[in-house]
Amino acid sequence: MLGTGLIKGMAETARNFVGSFLEEDRLTTVEYPEERIPAKEAARSFPFLVFDGDDAEKGLRCVACQICEKECPPQCIFILKDTAKKPDFVGKMQFQPKVFDIDVSVCMSCQICVEVCPFEAIKMDVDFELSRFDRFEGLLIHKDELSKPNSYFRKIHPTDAAAVDANLAAEKAKAEAKAVADAAAKAKAASAAAAGLAAPAKPAAAAPPPPPTPADPILKSASSSTAGPGLAETGSGKTHAPAHGS
Amino acid sequence: MIEWADQIFVLLKREILLLVPVALQPLASILLSVGPIMGVFATLFAATTVLERKGLGRIQNRLGPNRVGPFGLLQPLADGIKAIIKEDVVPYRTDRVLHTLAPILIMVAALLAYSVLPLGRNMVALDLDAGVLFFFAAGATTELAIFMAGWSSRNKYALLGAMRAIAQMISYEIPLILSTVGVLMAAGTLSTTGIVEAQSGYSGLFPNWYVLTPWGFAGFFLFLIAATAEANRSPFDLPEGESELVAGYFTEYSGFKFAMFFFGEYLGLFAANALAITLFLGGWNAPLQILDWVPSYLWFFAKLLFLIGLSIWVRGTTPRLRADQLMNFAWKFMLPMSLVNILASGLWRFTGDGVLGWLVCGSLVAGSYYALGLNLAPKNAVTKRIYRFAT
Amino acid sequence: MSSSNLQLEAPLDPAFKVERRTATGRGDLLEVSMGPQHPSTHGVFRMDVVLDGERVTKLKPVFGYLHRNHEKIAENTTYLGSMPYTDRLDYFCSLTNNWAYALTVEKLAGLQPPERAEYIRVITAEFTRLQNHVCLIGFLLQDMGASGTPLMYAFREREAILDLFESLTGARMMCNYMRFGGCRVDLPSGWLDQASKVVDRFPRFLDEFDRLISGNEILAARTQGVGVLPRELAVSASVTGPVLRASGVNYDIRKVDKYGIYDRFSFRVPLGDHGDVYDRYMVRVLEMHESLAILKSALRDIPPGPIMDPKAKLRSFKPKAGEAYGRIESAKGELGFYVISDGSANPYRYRVRPPSLINLTVLEDMCVGHTVADAVIILGSIDIVLGEVDR
Repeated sequence: MLGTGLIKGMAETARNFVGSFLEEDRLTTVEYPEERIPAKEAARSFPFLVFDGDDAEKGLRCVACQICEKECPPQCIFILKDTAKKPDFVGKMQFQPKVFDIDVSVCMSCQICVEVCPFEAIKMDVDFELSRFDRFEGLLIHKDELSKPNSYFRKIHPTDAAAVDANLAAEKAKAEAKAVADAAAKAKAASAAAAGLAAPAKPAAAAPPPPPTPADPILKSASSSTAGPGLAETGSGKTHAPAHGS
Repeated sequence: MIEWADQIFVLLKREILLLVPVALQPLASILLSVGPIMGVFATLFAATTVLERKGLGRIQNRLGPNRVGPFGLLQPLADGIKAIIKEDVVPYRTDRVLHTLAPILIMVAALLAYSVLPLGRNMVALDLDAGVLFFFAAGATTELAIFMAGWSSRNKYALLGAMRAIAQMISYEIPLILSTVGVLMAAGTLSTTGIVEAQSGYSGLFPNWYVLTPWGFAGFFLFLIAATAEANRSPFDLPEGESELVAGYFTEYSGFKFAMFFFGEYLGLFAANALAITLFLGGWNAPLQILDWVPSYLWFFAKLLFLIGLSIWVRGTTPRLRADQLMNFAWKFMLPMSLVNILASGLWRFTGDGVLGWLVCGSLVAGSYYALGLNLAPKNAVTKRIYRFAT
Repeated sequence: MSSSNLQLEAPLDPAFKVERRTATGRGDLLEVSMGPQHPSTHGVFRMDVVLDGERVTKLKPVFGYLHRNHEKIAENTTYLGSMPYTDRLDYFCSLTNNWAYALTVEKLAGLQPPERAEYIRVITAEFTRLQNHVCLIGFLLQDMGASGTPLMYAFREREAILDLFESLTGARMMCNYMRFGGCRVDLPSGWLDQASKVVDRFPRFLDEFDRLISGNEILAARTQGVGVLPRELAVSASVTGPVLRASGVNYDIRKVDKYGIYDRFSFRVPLGDHGDVYDRYMVRVLEMHESLAILKSALRDIPPGPIMDPKAKLRSFKPKAGEAYGRIESAKGELGFYVISDGSANPYRYRVRPPSLINLTVLEDMCVGHTVADAVIILGSIDIVLGEVDR
């Protein structure tokens, strides 16, 4: 009969009208400036540079290799290499960027710079409130503003940061062990004494403090694949119980 | 005390008039009637915009406006300020005189209709003997304003919108007026106050409203549908037809003129709803005898708000019809239905309001509703389609 | 599409000819340029329509306002660098776009994603299909003049799916998630439970939508018999996706190619018999039910394991010289990528076969003879996204 569909529809809108007062999942509005949804861990907005320690200049992980500059699809990164080398976290002498600019009005938040960076130096921020009064110079973000401490990275992407820290620590330990081994080898070459036997014991003592949280295999895999496909295969759930529950 | 509360505005007007010199009394009387009507309905318009946006918001599981003032109640104020300070763009090739006159005319026409509406006991600006006729005459003037707007804009969308509006409003004028004929026959008068008087009193628990008879019930809904079409409200908002014609006949209007169109349209909606109340819902009469102590104008506005809420609810539910379907609906359903309804109201006179009357008139109205509804459906339409599945 | 894949139940009529209804010649014609700024052309699309009254006698689609040079840019960036650009093709379905491109390059480079990655791809693609269809029917009803209610309900449900995407990929719309040989990151813990919750809740929405609108007389009147796309025309114009299936042709690349692991899921392909707007609407609604069935079994069966092919490389990825065409059933139809490699880090030639663009070619044949209001909903029922049409 004419009108039954209409009346059914009106009943449905009435149900929604009442439901929007009573049911939480009907009224999904979040009133933004006052209320905020907690940022998702995987969330990303624009890239920033990570530095270790307190000094942004000294602790900057970026070595100005310019891979991100080349790989960036919209070409929004501009890097100028410094002439002098500085020691990095392993102690190896590396270049540092003199200028590192990201034009966030061009950046499309694709995260490719993060994936291709071999030094865990560039990561994605979650801060999206970047409105500026100057739309030209204001949106060209320079190195000093881009540099953010590792503690900030740990705060916004805890699992990711834990895995990165673990990786870096392992690498550092390896490098130090290698350095020690090299030194030991040299010493061994110099004097054919029992110095070679003592060498393996030393790096454990010299290694940096352990990573902040024990790396869960799944979480580790989630982050390690951002570091490149070579690492991705390592942790992708040989022990995967929680991830495929239902 | 009850009497006094009911008549406070009437007494107030009388007291004020006594202070005015006799020569100026007619003029003062006019101003004292027109001023409150304009003030009250402008306020109602403001309240309705916020009510509509909030109501639609809740229907759509949103919050609606809630930034200006407490709960967004001052939103119309912000809208008004915005409309006033906006640039009034008049396209180069428009007919400037008509372009400017159209929004004024639509408001004037809508406001004229209020002069015969009884807003409460003894509260009517102009108690004409042919009040209903005057109402339709004044209401029909809005068509002219709409066509002026569409034609003078020199815009193709505006022209299409105006064409649709004329066709739609003239077509729906007929069932609109015919659906009231039953009431006029039953009440035996064209005076709006007379019709309200005819509906006063109670038979048993129920009031003597015309909506509580089979022909009155059908007439009420026919009137509401036709009035919705007259007021260009969803689902009959083709002249505006946002998704098709951008904004229809007021595409080329901006700023305050746009707001005036908006205002005029809502005034038309209120006027039509107010007439529906007068004709079918017993005007300012209370629905139950024990509630008779509530002032009459409050009952009137309560009923008006109820009808406005109904139209918001419908707007939140329905998609829009197509122009030819709209015409089909007017000529193939509304017109025969209202003619049958006149017949039913005539029969009611002879059968009386007993079981026999309900049986005869009710089956006549319901049967013709069912038959006309079947007739309206497109010939090839399948109500329940079956879909095949490939695996 | 190669004709060998297409299995028709009945042979095409060889005598079929497109009938172009022309102007009736009763009066002057009105030429209206609908768009590129128009509320319902879904972006910057223009329809140059010639109207006889309200009937469309001629319609010329004009596009290219959103041309971004996607294909040429892709030839000048690395293979990986094009991945985020594919998000922006059909910005409703970034994950299926990713998949189509990844599939093509995997063919080119001889990569095989591990099983878990394939499952993740199916899950995300079906979620993408759900949210695309949900939005589409919302937009379609919005074009029909429903004042936002169906659209808002659709967006409410889409919100839950976008939240899933965000917690997996970091972005709600521009996901940039799939990589050559797998996926970028593994599912975060608890994601599958959350996804199952969304899947379980979704039928509630479909039922609600059904009650709200599917039985609506206005919807049936507006859509049934409107914009009929004959089977012959659909096949000869290479129309794909739900638009083709609504015309009764059983062609779904998930079934034809069985790319990924679609051969492991049992799902049905809904087919319409009339090929009108109503069928296109209903086919999409039914497809959502099938997507839910796929999602349920995929979420249940997803195995643990790696998510990247160990051979895959991120930096200095240079597939050997050759060419590949990969295609998937995106929510809108056959989405194909054609890539030629010359052994360098950038593709030598890169070409997208966008379903929206190809489906749009039959717009005039569907619209001529109907009114402007119908042209709007016919356009809405094709489901175009201008990012993909113009590239």
